[in-house]
Amino acid sequence: MANNIKILTKDIGTDGLESISVYKKLGGYLGVEKALKKMSPDEVVEEVKKAGVRGRGGAGFPMGMKWGFLAKPEGVPRYLVCNADESEPGTFKDHYLMMKNPHLLIEGMIISSFALGANKSFIYVRGELMYVIHILEKAIEEAKQAGYLGKNILGTGFDLELIVQPGGGAYICGEETALLESLEGKRGNPRNKPPFPAVKGLYQCPTVVNNVESIANTPWIIQNGGEAYSGIGIGRSTGTKLISASGHVKNPGVYELELGLPVEEFIYSDEYLGGIRDGHHLKAVVAGGSSVPILPAELILKTAEGEPRLMTYESLSEGGFVSGTMLGSGGFIAMDETTCIVRNTWNFTRFYRHESCGQCSPCREGTGWMEKVLYRIEHGNGNERDIDLLVDVAKRIEGNTICPLGDAAAWPVGSAIRHFRDEFEWHIKHPAQATAKGSIYSKSLMDVVA
Amino acid sequence: MPELTENIVFSKERLEKVEEIIARYPEGKQKSALLPILHLAQEQFSWLSSQTMDYVAGLLSIQPVEVYEVATFYTMFHLQPVGKHVIEYCRTGPCCVMGGEEVYAHLREKLNIETGQTTEDGLITLKEVECLAACGWGPCFQIREKYFMHLDNQKVDEIIEDLRKTN
Repeated sequence: MANNIKILTKDIGTDGLESISVYKKLGGYLGVEKALKKMSPDEVVEEVKKAGVRGRGGAGFPMGMKWGFLAKPEGVPRYLVCNADESEPGTFKDHYLMMKNPHLLIEGMIISSFALGANKSFIYVRGELMYVIHILEKAIEEAKQAGYLGKNILGTGFDLELIVQPGGGAYICGEETALLESLEGKRGNPRNKPPFPAVKGLYQCPTVVNNVESIANTPWIIQNGGEAYSGIGIGRSTGTKLISASGHVKNPGVYELELGLPVEEFIYSDEYLGGIRDGHHLKAVVAGGSSVPILPAELILKTAEGEPRLMTYESLSEGGFVSGTMLGSGGFIAMDETTCIVRNTWNFTRFYRHESCGQCSPCREGTGWMEKVLYRIEHGNGNERDIDLLVDVAKRIEGNTICPLGDAAAWPVGSAIRHFRDEFEWHIKHPAQATAKGSIYSKSLMDVVA
Repeated sequence: MPELTENIVFSKERLEKVEEIIARYPEGKQKSALLPILHLAQEQFSWLSSQTMDYVAGLLSIQPVEVYEVATFYTMFHLQPVGKHVIEYCRTGPCCVMGGEEVYAHLREKLNIETGQTTEDGLITLKEVECLAACGWGPCFQIREKYFMHLDNQKVDEIIEDLRKTN
């Protein structure tokens, strides 16, 4: 499949792209000019609906539909909040995009705010990316000077203030309602839904929360039309997708690819990941960030029916959770045969235990319990009941929490046992050799699981 | 390290910055400024003592407990004194798959401290963190705003030497 379509990354690599002068030379801000001067907000929303772009943060919910849900009570402010709290292990596409092309996001924010009738919008960036926050702040200042932000933008009567808000280090703040709580200066505890943010969001006002990549698509959609965007990709997986690849591949990094590319081509073609490191072979893949089910090599390349697996929402989820996974955030982690699945599952579970906000008992207690069980299996202290216990605990967390972090913690465990049960059994039967690589942890963790 | 006892007051420039930050939010929603101001406080005082948190609460006209509950929730805020440099290394899957565990073991050995501890000279504190969103460039760690990526033992040695030289 030829992949010459670049919507988000076409200019990356151009010297000085972070400055407005270079960005404008390459056609930047023409989307804002068109939207604000020639279109109504409803027409902009309509184009995004036509484009069929689905939320790129992980959930894959249609962006235009989300916009359509926004309540519009008279005299009540509306807000657009960009979710740049990228923290899902394996995912670093937004980090890359904001660092390399900040004006693309700012242009997208202006167009999207105009469409939604928001006069004050926020980009919530994870606090660890303070250097990216500075890049964005500088770009916002340039955009203000150029008349794209502030009062009466381009003489159209539309006002917009754009604020970059730093997070404080919490994965849970990537969940939209936790993000809003954080933005209000509170702990990042997800809210019960309904009401959804579209009705009561930031400061209890109607709010749309969209991912960086989702918003960055809007300038192209406005310039080229929603139909042109929906013509890229396959079926309901329209457009391109940023995939951040890591692990045992020759060329890790961020790739923009047209949805529909065969997974095999993505992994083995020199244009993309270039295959697995020399002398090794693919064992397993986590295709959409740490929360999606892990798949063994044979099931990531082909479905259970033997059909080639494609990089689309539908193809990757073919087979449900029995033999499929999810496109998720596009955090693609490839692992070769040297990877211990038990250790990797323990590592991911430790992550979720650490990042659980603690509101819901199933997640707070369940993630800690699973971590302890996985730790003891990995360290040669597992017993025969542990595998079924893990499955049971994971099932009791899934679907029983306010937010999807519980599901995110349960799925890696359930899928690892489903596809690699023999490795768990081996660890239990061979306690002395269980930690072949030698265990290396800090005392702080040892204290936690003692 | 001793508890800070000197008077906690922002510099003039930071107070101006605080005003500017508070003005970003709608009337009556100044609590939204809490995270940005906690970052400013940590920048100036290196960690968040209860005195510092009380001071921030005063600036925002909120209760001290509202600051405590937030500062204890987010991992970026240091609630104990730290060294001049804090090395925050990513312990999550993708970095570990790329040999992070071995590199971080070397780092601890090199500094002769465990996670959460500070070197005797007060120069470096080690902190374990979760995914830093640099998975394709791992193993990685962060010192203040700077990311150090594609780490191996040799790179770790060079970075530590640089920190010691520039102290």
